[in-house]
Amino acid sequence: MPRELTATLGGLGHGLLLTLAMTALAFMGAVLLGVLLAVCRISPVPPLRALGTAYVTVFRNVPLLVLLVLFVFGLPDVGLLFSLFLTVTLTMALYWAAFVCEVLRAGIRTVPLGQAEAARALGLTAGQSIRYVILPQALRSMVQPLANVFIGLALSTSLAAAVGVAELTGQAEFATLKYDDPLTGFAATTVVYLLMTLSIGLLAGRIERRVAIRR
Amino acid sequence: MSEESRLLFDVPGPRARRRTWIATVCSLVLLAGALALMVRQFALHSELSASQWSVFAQWPILRFLLTGIEQTLLVTGVAAAIAFPLGAVVALARLSRGRWARWPARLYSELFRAVPLLLLLYVFLFGLPRAGVTFPVFWQLVLPVSLSNAAVVAEIFRAGVLAQDRGQAEAAYSLGMTYGQAMRWVVVPQAVRKLVPALVSQLVRLLKDSTLGYVVSYLELLHKAQVLGEYYHNVLPTYLVAAACYVLVNGLLSRTAGWLEHRQSRPRG
Repeated sequence: MPRELTATLGGLGHGLLLTLAMTALAFMGAVLLGVLLAVCRISPVPPLRALGTAYVTVFRNVPLLVLLVLFVFGLPDVGLLFSLFLTVTLTMALYWAAFVCEVLRAGIRTVPLGQAEAARALGLTAGQSIRYVILPQALRSMVQPLANVFIGLALSTSLAAAVGVAELTGQAEFATLKYDDPLTGFAATTVVYLLMTLSIGLLAGRIERRVAIRR
Repeated sequence: MSEESRLLFDVPGPRARRRTWIATVCSLVLLAGALALMVRQFALHSELSASQWSVFAQWPILRFLLTGIEQTLLVTGVAAAIAFPLGAVVALARLSRGRWARWPARLYSELFRAVPLLLLLYVFLFGLPRAGVTFPVFWQLVLPVSLSNAAVVAEIFRAGVLAQDRGQAEAAYSLGMTYGQAMRWVVVPQAVRKLVPALVSQLVRLLKDSTLGYVVSYLELLHKAQVLGEYYHNVLPTYLVAAACYVLVNGLLSRTAGWLEHRQSRPRG
């Protein structure tokens, strides 16, 4: 029994590494693309705005699992075959970028219009007012929503198990099927996910308090 | 001009307007190029040929997919019918004054919000049968979806009640109402009305979660699309059609939520 236990936990350890790698890479991708999308949606160029709006509408309303099976099993049909890990991570980044974009836009909208008017009245150019007045205030209000996106993303990486990536959830299933040991696998995995979400939440709260403006 | 634009940019002058115009043309050319590249890639692998798409013109196939949408909506509806009341109960327990109600409710919503739905599904699929508890396929899908969403709904409810103006509850107490009466007659009815848009948005998430029927082999839209695509060897077109269906239904739900929210933000006349 102890031997099977170590085998189970070893498998779960591998799964955890994969989950963490996927989460980190997908979040970076989502933030990059999300910033681009937000710039598109805010820019005064009509086609870019339409593109951003269409992207967000589609990717926020399509279930992640549908995207995953579409990209994992569908893309090879048009000659786009990448490694499974890369495909899944890219899909997550594409999906969550839409949410990041909306968080950024909502954050900018929390800045009162008077701030921009005051900046202009002081003679700041558009670039200066964005850099020194609007973004510093907007970024602070984005900490908590971005952390929520991060938590959502971390939990959603479990869906990769449904298309055959042996990450944490996949390993828990594997342990159940192979070692007939459902309790260890599921309990350990639950604890790990709990620790992940709680620590991200705590960290976000810390950052938010650290950067808060004392008025 | 949208709100963000007014915040970020001045009213454009002639030079800015010219620059916008140039950017418009450039981006249109780029977008057209990307589209052409995509169409070419599809055509090269004969994904645009009639044989790939003609099945969707046949009524039996369409009916197959439509019943898939029906099943998806059924799963969503039943899960919502369980998750919303359960979430409300958990939220009320978390807000109650008794410690014995508060702690289990807190544990429930923290735990089920932290566990990925798929893991919960695997517990119902592989874990519980080992303990001799087996559910029919429909419930293997609906129960985990409901349990997981109830935790989120509980947080929505709780936030709504806490966001309520304190004066409302205080006024109720000063009228001689007990805690329970104040909740029942004053706080909760107002909170629920404000929460309707958030609950409709939650339906979108429930509908997305119903795609996990793919994992438990329950024939909702995604699983039907898989069956169809593998049978006719047109995986990509079928999944694209399924994705379009999801975007359509969820788009309608999101639109409704947005509309409700907009209607509420107007001053009451």
